[in-house]
Amino acid sequence: MSLSSLLLFAADAGPALPGYTFAGPWILRNVWLLPLIPALSFLAILFFGKRLPFKGAEIGIASVLSILALAIVANIAWFDHRDNYESEKAEDAAGLLLSDEYATVAIDGEPDSLLLSADAGEGGEAAHGSTAVRNEATWFQSGGQEFKVGTLVDGQAVMMLFVVTFISTLVHVFSTEYVAGDRRYTHYFAFLSLFTASMLLLVVSASTIQFITAWELVGVCSFALIGHWWEEKPNSDAALKAFLTNRVGDIGLLVGMIILFFSAGQTFDIVKINTMALAGEIPQRNLTIAALCLMAAVMSKSGQFILHTWLPDAMAGPTPVSALIHAATMVVAGVYMIARLYGVFFVGFSIEGSPVNPMALIGMFTLIFAGLLAFVQDDIKKVLAYSTVSQLGYMVMALGVGAWTAGMFHLFTHAFFKAGLFLGAGSVAHSVHSFDMKKDMGGMRKFMPTTYKTFIICTLALVGIFPFAGFWSKDEILVGTGGWGLFGGTGGNGNYTLMLIGGIFGAALTGAYMTRVIYLTFFGEFRHVAHHDDHAVDHGHADDAHDAHANHDPHEHGPAITIPLILLAGFATLIGLVNLPPGFITGNLESWQERFFHFYEPSAAAYFPAIAHGTPSYTLAIFASVVGLLGVGLAYFYYFVLVDRKSKAMGESLTELPNGPTSKFGILKAGHTLLVEKYYLDHLYTDVIAGGTKGPLAKAVYWFNQNVLDATVDGVGRTSVIAGKAVYEHIDQTVIDGAVNLSGVVSSETGAGLRKTQNGKIQQYAAYLFAGATLLAGVLIFVI
Amino acid sequence: MLLNQFLLLAAVLFCLGVYGVITRKNGVMVLMSIEMILNAVNINLVAFGAFNGTPIGSVFALFVIAVAAAEVGIGLAIVLLIYRNKKSIDFSEVDLLKG
Amino acid sequence: MISLLAQISNGDDLYVAQNIFWWFFAIVTVIAAVKVVTTDNIVHAALHLVIVLAGVAVQFVFLGSEFAAATQVLVYIGAIVVLLLFGIMLTRGSLGDDGLVDTERRGLGALVALLLFGLMAFSLVDGFEDVLLPEDSRNLVEVTTPIDTDIDDDEFIRQTRGSDTAAIGDAIFESYIVPFEAVSVLLLAALIGAVVIARKE
Repeated sequence: MSLSSLLLFAADAGPALPGYTFAGPWILRNVWLLPLIPALSFLAILFFGKRLPFKGAEIGIASVLSILALAIVANIAWFDHRDNYESEKAEDAAGLLLSDEYATVAIDGEPDSLLLSADAGEGGEAAHGSTAVRNEATWFQSGGQEFKVGTLVDGQAVMMLFVVTFISTLVHVFSTEYVAGDRRYTHYFAFLSLFTASMLLLVVSASTIQFITAWELVGVCSFALIGHWWEEKPNSDAALKAFLTNRVGDIGLLVGMIILFFSAGQTFDIVKINTMALAGEIPQRNLTIAALCLMAAVMSKSGQFILHTWLPDAMAGPTPVSALIHAATMVVAGVYMIARLYGVFFVGFSIEGSPVNPMALIGMFTLIFAGLLAFVQDDIKKVLAYSTVSQLGYMVMALGVGAWTAGMFHLFTHAFFKAGLFLGAGSVAHSVHSFDMKKDMGGMRKFMPTTYKTFIICTLALVGIFPFAGFWSKDEILVGTGGWGLFGGTGGNGNYTLMLIGGIFGAALTGAYMTRVIYLTFFGEFRHVAHHDDHAVDHGHADDAHDAHANHDPHEHGPAITIPLILLAGFATLIGLVNLPPGFITGNLESWQERFFHFYEPSAAAYFPAIAHGTPSYTLAIFASVVGLLGVGLAYFYYFVLVDRKSKAMGESLTELPNGPTSKFGILKAGHTLLVEKYYLDHLYTDVIAGGTKGPLAKAVYWFNQNVLDATVDGVGRTSVIAGKAVYEHIDQTVIDGAVNLSGVVSSETGAGLRKTQNGKIQQYAAYLFAGATLLAGVLIFVI
Repeated sequence: MLLNQFLLLAAVLFCLGVYGVITRKNGVMVLMSIEMILNAVNINLVAFGAFNGTPIGSVFALFVIAVAAAEVGIGLAIVLLIYRNKKSIDFSEVDLLKG
Repeated sequence: MISLLAQISNGDDLYVAQNIFWWFFAIVTVIAAVKVVTTDNIVHAALHLVIVLAGVAVQFVFLGSEFAAATQVLVYIGAIVVLLLFGIMLTRGSLGDDGLVDTERRGLGALVALLLFGLMAFSLVDGFEDVLLPEDSRNLVEVTTPIDTDIDDDEFIRQTRGSDTAAIGDAIFESYIVPFEAVSVLLLAALIGAVVIARKE
């Protein structure tokens, strides 16, 4: 049976499109409960929250706990469904619920079908392909077009359900202490609920229009939460920037979705769009254009270069919000969309068998670029923000090279350890009332042992140290590039050697900048007290309630803050084990390998491309780890050895070496040759490596980022003031002055001429309007 | 009957409405002229609906009527506001847009 | 125009009566419309507007759309004109002549209106010169026609009720339900907006 005949059949009989079923476990058919509960909780908190004893926090926590439970139940039900689908189907067929044509891999008869090759290399794995569970209803219809609302539950959806609800629960708990006493405490919890609801709605979307709705809701919630302390101008500016930058991408989203709507025969159905894209029923050109448009949306939402500028600024929001929105859930919406519409991207970008494509390039560039930027940040949350951008780059790159499971697995592990890092940063900042590592932190390990330990664990996971979570997912991405013919490996969808190199280099960067953060925050001496008074930048606390003990030493917090940290650290340690690479262990425990892949990748569905999987190798894993450790080692040497020694010598807590590398270079050149010989290492580390990355290069990149990209994006959205300022500072003033004066004179002269027509009389304008319309209509009628 | 007789009548009403919008000083009278323009459009909608044998023309005419009701409500509110601020509804005195 | 006149003289019995009435109402409507935009008395303008609106309602009847005609009378003449009269009363002390209702832009207005009309008239006559409206099929359905059970719902409703109202209702509540809901929201917004704009501080 050919695919097209299957599709025709599907058009007639509805439920027979391969790859999904309307049957299945109850919970999977009713996942709409998950977005609904927090949405109701949002309304309840908004209307009744203020009158309740805990100001609405209890409703929020109850709702997230209930949806966390539902998400876990849904995952368990999914595991069962995934493994036992064949027998289920037989039962359903017996009950005349489904027809014979309803087979997941009924396409095998077509030798040239794209789908035939599905999982050819995986043998038995494909036999019971993952079959998504759907449920849908007509939302509304207009002009004969039906708009369906529904849920599409497959591996990636249940995985995200768990991630979102789990992180959201911890963030709710963390927030009860972190924002305690805030003047908009109730409002804060209401929006946390709405955000969770929007994200869950996005996750379970079965149609593109529903997806867009949820996408925009997520954007609105992030706006509200980033600008939570809007009384301070930078905060409301950051919220506005986040919103407007996202709007730029949203245009891409709309255009892309509209192209897909018409290309796929006027449907919003995500499964159908994917199926048609993979079956070659949509012209390649349309898919490429649509994929490029959607990439713009991904770039804005998931903070990819060049639209990532909002993300670091968005750290103006409360830290738990950063953990929830900007580390674990919202920013992965873009990544999730790629994974959801993977058929479109896979075909549109010709991912299979090509050495390079836009998505992989954007991802690779982002991960290196953002990693470099993280070096010059003094604000701990901004370092983490750039780190998030960098890790999102990994995910996008993984999806771009066809390593779907690796990308989603990295999303999965990253959610835990990055949330842990953000909450840890929040915990520190909650004590010192600042996010500035250089001015207000240092030596925190003595004051906050729990935070310190969990932060270290999450850092190890982020850097990708064996056996922490990040190691497994990062290694899988590197394997997935397939570019490692260098190491004698095989597999992957193309020969993405460039991406492999970029990924390994990114690992070194990650190690280095995280070591810097660890040193500045937790080591050295506490630097806060000396300039407490003149440093009032305190995003974390709009309220003054904590100022009473601000002059005391910082201290560890209560269980509401430490328990989420410990849980996340635990996950950061262990969660990587859910997807051990094949061949890693043998014997009785062999079935524990590739669990994530087994359950979460839609391996044999018609709406999912047949992606090849690379085979992992120790060589690559060890090499990547060594490079990562090299990054750690260099930064360790600079901070823990050189800076620490200097600090002790000077008797104060330094954050950098006191003399700039260049000036030191001059001194050394004039000094003893033996000493020069000795300091060659120093010079190498500080000037060439540390200086080279941390100094000019990173600063140049940062400058480019701040002055060129930022200004461009801002200019598009709201203001040219920043651009004007940057230009004023960096370009010869007289040239600008002359140009400005000239343009002023020109516009003034022109204005004087045109002014006579601008008499403010509306009706005269109306007359011009009608006359102009008449003239245009006349041109249309008589000339054209 | 000819389709054109309706369309031409609508054109006459439309142009008279345009004339009114341009020349009237009184805000309420401008609103009246706008109503005439909308009515001309409605005649066109219904005429083309009848021409094609579908009720959709009438449906859109009904939508236009509903929107016109909203428009008059807002329009009069604006006129009243202008009157309250300027003690006049002479639109030629309202020239805040003057450049 | 000539073809329009020729049509009357065609001798088609059915159309002669209709056309005479049509021309009568059309001329009345146009004269009233001219008065609306030229009279100096604002209340007279409003009353002439009533005639114009009623004339448009008559046009709807000619076009076989009774429901639109009824709505026109109810909403426009019943509500909007009353609203306009309220507006007049609230913004003017006296109800007499007001010498200054027109601006100095009469020439410009007339020029634009004439240009516009010339263009529209040309394109209409050029495009639809002799196009006839289809005969009103509803009049041809005899009440005694046995109901054909094979026809679909729309046809059934049309034949049995003999009115376009049912068809309009179907169209609004099936195909155009979303615009309909949008209009309801628009009306609510206009309601609130009008209150907010017009209320005293």
